[in-house]
Amino acid sequence: MYSKDGENYFIVDSHIHFWDGTPANQANRYGEGFLNCFYDYHRNLSPQSEVWSLEHFQKQSEQDLLHDLFEAGYVDKAIFQPTYLTDFFVNGFNTTEQDGALAERHPDKFIVNGSWDPRDGEAGMAALERLAERWQLKGVKLYTAEWKGRSKGWKLTDDWSYRYLEKCQELGIRNIHIHKGPTIYPLNRDAFDVADVDDVATAFPDLRFVVEHVGLPRLEDFCWIATQEPNVYGGLAVAMPFIHSRPRYFAQIIGELLYWLDENRITFASDYAIWTPKWLVEKFVDFQIPEDMQDEYGVLTPDVKRKILGLNAARLYDIEVPEGMGLPAPDVPASRTPVASETNREAMTP
Amino acid sequence: MSTSTSGGAATAAVDGDGAENRSGRPNAPASGTAGAAAGLEAAAWRALGEVLDPELDQPVTDLGFVAACEVVDGEVRVELRLPTYFCAPNFAYLMVADAREALAAVAPGPVRVRLLDHFASEEINAGVAVGDGFDAAFPGLAAGELDDLRATFLRKAHAAYQQQIAARLLKAGRTHAELVRLRLGELAEDTTRLRRRRRQLGLPSDDSAPLLVDDQGGPVDAESLPLRLRFARTTQVSIEGNAGWCRGLLGTRYGDIH
Repeated sequence: MYSKDGENYFIVDSHIHFWDGTPANQANRYGEGFLNCFYDYHRNLSPQSEVWSLEHFQKQSEQDLLHDLFEAGYVDKAIFQPTYLTDFFVNGFNTTEQDGALAERHPDKFIVNGSWDPRDGEAGMAALERLAERWQLKGVKLYTAEWKGRSKGWKLTDDWSYRYLEKCQELGIRNIHIHKGPTIYPLNRDAFDVADVDDVATAFPDLRFVVEHVGLPRLEDFCWIATQEPNVYGGLAVAMPFIHSRPRYFAQIIGELLYWLDENRITFASDYAIWTPKWLVEKFVDFQIPEDMQDEYGVLTPDVKRKILGLNAARLYDIEVPEGMGLPAPDVPASRTPVASETNREAMTP
Repeated sequence: MSTSTSGGAATAAVDGDGAENRSGRPNAPASGTAGAAAGLEAAAWRALGEVLDPELDQPVTDLGFVAACEVVDGEVRVELRLPTYFCAPNFAYLMVADAREALAAVAPGPVRVRLLDHFASEEINAGVAVGDGFDAAFPGLAAGELDDLRATFLRKAHAAYQQQIAARLLKAGRTHAELVRLRLGELAEDTTRLRRRRRQLGLPSDDSAPLLVDDQGGPVDAESLPLRLRFARTTQVSIEGNAGWCRGLLGTRYGDIH
């Protein structure tokens, strides 16, 4: 929980990791490159006072994580999003099992998400069932750019992906987090293209598709889909830290999201350990759309911030919000009405 | 040796924006260098200024992607670098191939372009040197060439340019109804870049062409214009934001370059 200026904010960090990126766990130059790429993200967008040594960035202890999130970081509940990357890291980078060990020791603090990969076929389906039973999964994190032997990625519209999504529906796993990445088969296509999200969101109206990083670097494509598919959400991991180094760009991202979607479908995330929630929460609560941009984007009210920081994710994951931490006002969008999908379709269909 | 077929969107994305370069050259020829080599080096740099990052719609020279550009024993040697180890290999390939093509057009002798510090450097460098295309550089992993990919991002850039001009005209008091009737030749605005993108996309770009066309070159009606412009605005936010992020990451990776 975070309090400022008489306002209370319930904080759900929707995207965290407990990873092992140490050289001992790096299987090859790809694992090293992956970790170093993250480290550059961290160094580029963190305030100087928050920059860690490479060694500390490679792996955090349990105590570090608890401190960074819950003691210093105001977080009430954190959601583990696994990233297996077993082709890059000997024991996997950040698996449900690694995350789960921590969650078992601190059951009130974490939600554990699973993962699946359509290329694992029947065996993967059985593994997902076991995982769902073991952790009462409410969500999965999918990484379409994951390498697997000769394969350099997959699409949500692959045949086996549909079967896994049906299985999720059956198992009550409603939150499907999607991370797009730099590679996908075939390599000549844009790996960041979110068109496949559009297709599965239509095919599975009871599932929610949370596009991580709000579709960056394809913000416009993400907005276009989300405005037409009410079950598409945007996770702010990677978008959040721009609040420090490029506040005007951050204002544009938030402004565009509020214009095309609404404040009920955007969720806060630190992407720990790339960044830590403390400074992100503080800066977001203090943040306002710059005056010269308000004509275009409006302003952020405490209610909008409350929803983004925790209440939206609490709704997705049935997290109990303590008395008095919810919305003082009835739960209606405070922003302008989102653009109606029918209008968009009509206007943009040649 | 071009990796693309002729005509339409497949032509190399070169741009006349080289004149806008703000970044310093990584290794300007020392004074007293043999005139021919210095002249060729300057020509090579100018040629690279015409090569765009297709996704960011900016010249590679301006983005700091040129790590080295020199002439050694008559050979033009260029090294390119990118913001991250995992930058998308298809865009990386396009830049290396476009650079090679642009340099070959100005160099009388051999040309060598190498991409540094990238997970697919080896495949990309070898593939571009041989000139068999992207599909051949990644056997079994690609399903065709990169023309569609290039066209997709040319369309995004084109929509963003249209929006910029339209926004200025609206601000000056023009109405949406007037905007859809305007022809390129009637504009006081500089339409050079817009017309170049049009030509690359195979869309009408002469004076009689409408200022505003859809992705297929068809007319735009006044009713759908506000939404179309609004979406193009989002596209522009995205392109500019990505460019800033890439510049920042390149600086972090290689030490501050600007």
